[in-house]
Parts: sequence; C-alpha cells; structure tokens
Amino acid sequence: MSILFLLEIGTEEIPDWMIVPALNHLQDTFQALLDQQSLGGKVTSVDATPRRLVLRAEGLAERQPDVEDLVLGPPKSAGAGAATGFAKKMGTTPDKLGSETTAKGEYLSFTKRTQGQAAEAILARELPNLILKIPWPKAMYWNGKGSERFIRPIRWLVALLGDAVVPFEIAGVKSGNTTVGHRILGKPSILVTIADFDEQLRTNGVILSADQRKRKIEAEIAGLLNGNRLKPDPDLLHTLTYITEFPTPILGSFDPSYLELPQEVLVTVMRHHQKYLSVEDSSGKLAPHFIAVMNTNADPEGLVRHGNERVLRARFNDARFFWDQDQKKKLADRVVDLKNVTFQAKLGSYFEKTERVVALVKELGGDENAQRAARFAKCDLTTDMVKEFTDLQGIVGGLYARAQSEVEEVAQAIYDHYKPTSMEDAIPSTEAGRIVSLADKWDTLVSCFAAGMAPTGSRDPFALRRAAQGVVRIVVEGKVRFDFPGAGDELREFMRDRVEYYFRDHVGFPYDEVRACMASGWADLHSLSARLGTVRGIRPTPDFEPLAASFKRIKNILRQANFEGGVAFRKDLVKEGPELDLYDEMQRTKGHRLAARVASLRPKVDFFFDKVLVNAPEEDVRRNRLALLHNLLTEFSEIADFSEIVTERQAS
Amino acid sequence: MSSAPTFQETVFRLKKYWSDRGCIIQEPYDVEVGAGTMAPETFLRVLGPKPYNVAYVQPSRRPADGRYGENPNRLYKHQQLQVILKPSPADVIDQYLGSLAAIGIDLRKHDIKFEEDNWEAPTLGAWGIGWQVMLDGLEVTQFTYFQQCGGFDLDLVPAELTYGLERLVAFLQNVESVYDIEWAPGVKYSDVRFLDERQFSKYNFELADVQMLWQLFDLHEKECTRLLKEPDAVLPAYDQVLKCSHVFNLLDARGAISVTERVGVIGRVRRLALGVAKAWIEQTVPAATESVA
Repeated sequence: MSILFLLEIGTEEIPDWMIVPALNHLQDTFQALLDQQSLGGKVTSVDATPRRLVLRAEGLAERQPDVEDLVLGPPKSAGAGAATGFAKKMGTTPDKLGSETTAKGEYLSFTKRTQGQAAEAILARELPNLILKIPWPKAMYWNGKGSERFIRPIRWLVALLGDAVVPFEIAGVKSGNTTVGHRILGKPSILVTIADFDEQLRTNGVILSADQRKRKIEAEIAGLLNGNRLKPDPDLLHTLTYITEFPTPILGSFDPSYLELPQEVLVTVMRHHQKYLSVEDSSGKLAPHFIAVMNTNADPEGLVRHGNERVLRARFNDARFFWDQDQKKKLADRVVDLKNVTFQAKLGSYFEKTERVVALVKELGGDENAQRAARFAKCDLTTDMVKEFTDLQGIVGGLYARAQSEVEEVAQAIYDHYKPTSMEDAIPSTEAGRIVSLADKWDTLVSCFAAGMAPTGSRDPFALRRAAQGVVRIVVEGKVRFDFPGAGDELREFMRDRVEYYFRDHVGFPYDEVRACMASGWADLHSLSARLGTVRGIRPTPDFEPLAASFKRIKNILRQANFEGGVAFRKDLVKEGPELDLYDEMQRTKGHRLAARVASLRPKVDFFFDKVLVNAPEEDVRRNRLALLHNLLTEFSEIADFSEIVTERQAS
Repeated sequence: MSSAPTFQETVFRLKKYWSDRGCIIQEPYDVEVGAGTMAPETFLRVLGPKPYNVAYVQPSRRPADGRYGENPNRLYKHQQLQVILKPSPADVIDQYLGSLAAIGIDLRKHDIKFEEDNWEAPTLGAWGIGWQVMLDGLEVTQFTYFQQCGGFDLDLVPAELTYGLERLVAFLQNVESVYDIEWAPGVKYSDVRFLDERQFSKYNFELADVQMLWQLFDLHEKECTRLLKEPDAVLPAYDQVLKCSHVFNLLDARGAISVTERVGVIGRVRRLALGVAKAWIEQTVPAATESVA
C-alpha cells in the first residue's frame, strides 16, 4: 500500500532569506531518510511561509520490507556443543540450522529474518533529529540553557502518515493534526487532513505556495499602477513573498516635491528601509508613488496606506534634512575629518587609507581628476546621509561632488568607486573611476594581508574575495596596466586563485586551458587573456590535441631523465631523418602564427616518436635528443604549458 | 483616530495590561541609561535561574541623538516601555498582540509584520535574536529573545519587548511630530519636554567639560573595580558601570573620542559590565533563590 505523508513545522517568523535554503535541505534529508530506510516514496513538494515549513511525500510503504541475512556459524566439525551455542545465539534450535560449503570447508549457517519496521515508528524516531539538523545561519534556544536550537521557536508540528499522526516531540511540542492560521485572518487551531491541508490554510488566511503568493502580488500590483510601471526588483519581490502569509499590495503616494532629491536616495529609503517597490512613469522617471505589500487581505479604511505614507514622509524629510545639512560642508573640507573614521582597527583611519590610495592612483598613472576623486572618495563617510543610509556610500559622494561643482569626471569616479559590487555589477564607467576603484580595492587587499587578515576557509569578514574579484575584472575588462604592486607571496597566491576563478567561472574558459595558460605566467592579465583567446582559437583544430598529448609525453620523458635544459642542440650529431626533420621544421616555422605551427609540427612530432628512440644507448645522442624536445617545449611555453590540456585520449 | 489615548493613558494601559499578566510594575531606574535594557531590572535580572516578569518605563538618554528640539522625530531622551518575561511563555507573541489591542489598535484594520532584527550590545556582552515589529510600515517594538548577557548563556530565555513610546503614540494620535503628542488632556509633549531637549542638546554638544568627563570616567571605573572586590556590593558596582557608559556617550557626543581611543574605551566599559554580571551570578544567585518566598 502506498501512503501520503505531510510534515508542517510551525514556528515564529523566520527571516525571509533563510527559508528557501532550509526547505531544500529538508527536502534532501527527508528523501535520503526514505531511501536509507527503504520506505519507498518520494518527496513531492516543499513550501513555506514565514511561519511554517511544509513537506509532502507520496508512495511511502507502510513498513520496511523484511530482510534475510545468512549468518555463518562455527565449522560443522566443531561438534554438537558449538552448534548448540550458535543456535542459541541465533535464537533458534540446532535442528533449524543449515550448512554452507565454503573454500575453507563446511560451516553451520542460519538464515536470520528481520522484520521490517513500521514507517510510522521510523519517522517518529527520526523526524526530531532531522528537523533539528536543518542548518541555519544563526540559531537560537528558547527553552532554557542547553535546550534545542532552531531559527525561531517551534510552536506546533503537524505530521501525518495517511490518516495517522506520526507521534514525536520537539522542545515540549507534540506533533499532531492541528495547524495554526494567519495571525489576524485565521483561527489559532485548525484540525487538518492531508487532503484538506492547503484548503484549510487558505480559508484561514494563509497561502502556502510561495509561487501563488508571488503571482498574487504581481497580479494585484498590475491593477494598481494606472499607466505607470513598476521598477523591477526581483530580490525585493522575493523578500515580500517570504515575509507574508497573505500578501496584498497597496499603492501609496508622496509629495512630488520630494522628487527634487536624487532618485538613488529616494529608492534606497523606500527599498531598504521600508521594503517598498518603486514606481516609474512611462518614460522611466521615478513617480511619486510606491507599492507596499501588506500581510493581510485589505485596507478597508485606508489606515495602512495612511500609516505607510506618514512613515515615508518622515524618512524623506530626514533625507532632505541630511542633504541640506551635508551641503554646508564641502567634501574638500571633510578630508581631515576622515582621521576620525576607522578603516579597520589594526589599519588606522580612512584618512591614512586615503593618503595611500591617492599615491597608488598616481603610481598607476591616474590623472589629476582621478587623484582628486581618490582624495574625496571616502569623504561621504562623514556625512549624515551616509551615516543613515550606508548602502549609498560612494553614490552620495558622487552626487555631492556634482552638487558642489566638481568636474564631471571627478564626480562620476567617486560615484562609481565601489563598483563592481558583485560579479554581475558593471565596472566603473570612466577611466578615472576604474583607477580609483582599483587603487581602493588593492590598498584594502595589501593592507589586510600585511596585517594578517587574509580570509580563511569560508570566513571572509572584510569581503576580500569580492575586492580581489573587482581588481581582476577592472584590470582585464577596463584594460588597466597593473602588476600587483606590493603583493607578498600570500596575496599573490590568493590573487592567482581569483584570476583562475575569473577566467574559468566568469568568462567560461575550460579549466585545462586556464591552467595551461596560467602555467606560462599570469601576472600580466592582458597577456593571459590574449593567450587564452589564442588557445581557444586553435583548440578545435585537428592537430592541436594530439600535439598537446605529445607535449605531455615530452614532459614525462624530460622529467624521468631529470633533464632541465641548458644543453645546446648539436646538429652535427644528427643524421637525416625524423629528428632532423623536426628540428628543421621548428626553425622554419619560428615566428609563424600558432595555428600554422601546430599544424605543421604535429606530423613531425608524431613521426619523431614513431621512429626515434629518445633513450639512445650513446650518452651524447640521448642528451641531444632530450635537448631537442626541451627546446620544443620551451618555444611554446611562452603561450601555455600544453601538457596541462586534457585530451580525448586521456579523458576516455 | 480622534479617540486615541494620550501619552500617559497609553502608558497606564500598557502597565495595566502587563500587570494583569503577572508582571511587577517597576519605576524607571534613577541612573542615566541609554536603553531600558541597561537598567538592572533587565541586565541583572535576566541572569541566573530565577523567573522574573517586570514592566517599566525607562527614559533613555542618547546624547548624540539630540537635535535641540528641532527635529520632529529625534530626541536626546526618549521613553521606552520595557517588558521582560523570563522565561518567555509559549504564547508570548499573542500576548504582545493583545497589548496593542489594549491601546486601541484594531489589528484587522492594520498591517503587522515581524521582520528579522537581531540585537547586540557589545559593551554589555549581550545579544539576542528577534524582530522589529512593523505596524503599517512603522517600527513600534523591538522584540528580542535574549541569548547571552554579560557574556553568559542565559539559564532561562527571556523575551524582551521594547515599545518606543513616542513613536507609538505619535502613530496612534496621527501627529507628524512627537512634540505635538498629547501627553495629558490639553498638555502637549512639547510642554513637558521641549526645554529638556534644547538645554541638554546644548550641554551634550557644546557645554560638557571634556576634561572633567574623562576624570569622571576614570573615577567611576576605579570605584567599580574597587566595589567588585567587595562582597555584597554588586548593585552599587553596576551603578558605576552605568555612569561610565553615560559619560562615554557624552564624550562621544562631544566628539572627544578619537578612533584609536574608541575601541579601548568601549573595552573598558565592557570589562566592567562582564565583571558585574559574573559577580551577580556568583554572589546573589543563592541568596535570590532563598528569598523567592
């Protein structure tokens, strides 16, 4: 018989961003449990609201299949006493024992039959542990020291196997068949079955499916916009879907006079502080409206709209006040104030950092504008606006620079100097911006590594990986000359990993090509990038992989011979034939394009290996042949170490 | 919302509500604190295995937040209504929602959300897990399950509810500025508190004698250290921690603490706070257990 299963973990409000990973973990571990315990069945869905994680499965067996094990006892020749002992151990009598013939002789045996356990018993035993093992970024305890930990207190549990409750207990909460509705719209205690669970929740103000909640939000927003359009924001939409059990969007408005403030400020206030979606008119200009998403079904008296508009007005007034206040002191006059802003406890103030970054910008060839931007880049950290809206660092500096009549190059460079903030984000749009951003990030890396604050494992509190990735992207994509000045061994190694990651995972080169080209040097990222392009170009040509395979062979031969070069090839030791052919072809094609060289050398190399024995008995002949191979390898090593290429022959 | 309760009526109703649910109603602590959490009724009482339920209004001083009475929402001193339920009951959120109903909020007409907001006070060696409670987009309460205090894992997990009274009542009365709140019938918040805000802003930002404040800091620190070596003097020692903390806030408002000093000074306050927490657990827990009856 195949049975349905439903689990609901009822909690207090779980942070939205943790829910999906938790559900995925729950799904995987529950499926693994079914498989390990031979219960059959498949997880059919997981879903969640902020207050509940729900898993459904189908096709479970009522109990595990019975298992038969053949147990070998003492040799038959050991006598009646041993047989009695073995039978007793097996819980049977000697006449029920069988025998097995093995290579060592005849042995007593017994087929032990273990009855499969009921699914209900297994689930009741395993579920508490499975639930408590869900990993959370920051768990809590709520029942006193040493008690169970979870992301928020567990308040109810529904566990149904068919019609039956799977009985277990976590932190004093017993599983049952009673769920809880929406805090305001639902009843606090609702009897459910697997069949009517979703429907019961729905009538109690809970839309269990995140997908349905999201579609409800989107559909209802469309009805509110009235010719305007939503500023797309998938991340915020996701958040709103997971902080509500019954989402209902409403449209609010603000006084158009606030539109005099920069759009970046308005959007940040709405998005980060109030979780409002922004609205644009048909030309893409910010409109004096916003969308708030309630966790209830209606705003019958307009009180929610009124309340949200009131809060936003106060926030915008603050922003306007900060803007006006901040203009009283120019960025230029704030540089000295950076002495009072800590960059990092061990690394001193932002004033000192600024000094270093300006010097580095100069060293990297930054012009007057770039140097000026570097000098003012961190000044917005002393403004009220950035103290209140920290996400706007850099952007506010750029806006203020513009308002204070700095040249556009300077303003834009300050505005952009935190970019790229992610792999998806663009690099700064101007040359000055790229130099300032690069210098700022590189200074952070060099300083932190020098102070022993390199990332370890998954711990990267100063976001140095992101900074390093930014460095690589700006240098490569912004075509900046850069040779990692001042990097110690540890930082160099760290950057090497980031370079490899960038070309492999971001640009998408196969890992063996990246490894091959980096083996020939990686510190000049433009050369590396160009060589990768070259290798990619010749990779599909028919001669390339066979030649690469030969290179691997050459490398092995040289290694086994402990041959490290330094010996000139002597033509006088060579007779007509494949050896000389290869040498001549190498000489003839020097300076030719790589593709052409590969094509013409490949048959010569093959021919050489077909006909010539490298390990000739005469020492001087042998060494001469090694020298020839060594030269061949060296000539190509400026582009890449082709022996790193994984060829078909190796792969199969 | 013409029938919205006055400021004082809101306080009365919340106190009555929590008193009906088993809370002791305490009066504000009479040493300057930055938040209701710092009053010994919270900081010390959450330590140890003894259950404790208490509610009190705590005027909370944050010198750097002063705006000379000119900002409609920012105050040097605001009033928190602080509730500690130790241990937290299983229906703590329902109880909390009931308290909103008690001050006239019909939740069927409003939007309430619990949004992740964990709390941490490094100077007190304290942190907790919780939410900011958002009512129609306004943060009206900080809700925290304490996990550690004074560097100690807590025996019982208390729920701490901190209502920001000015914000909450301005919302109830639908006024744009806290100074327009009706404190008592016919009396505005500004009538009661405006001078306080203006004069203390002036003192905190302009008049406070930095030299003297540093001396005070040293003296209170020394006194605390001395008291911590005495038996049966934990509460007086903790007062000295509060004094240090307030003096630190004043120095900060005066811009008198440099980058390099800052971490060190915070560390000094923290060391004292941790010392007091340890002494409280060691000295008073057995005595407190005896005196439950």
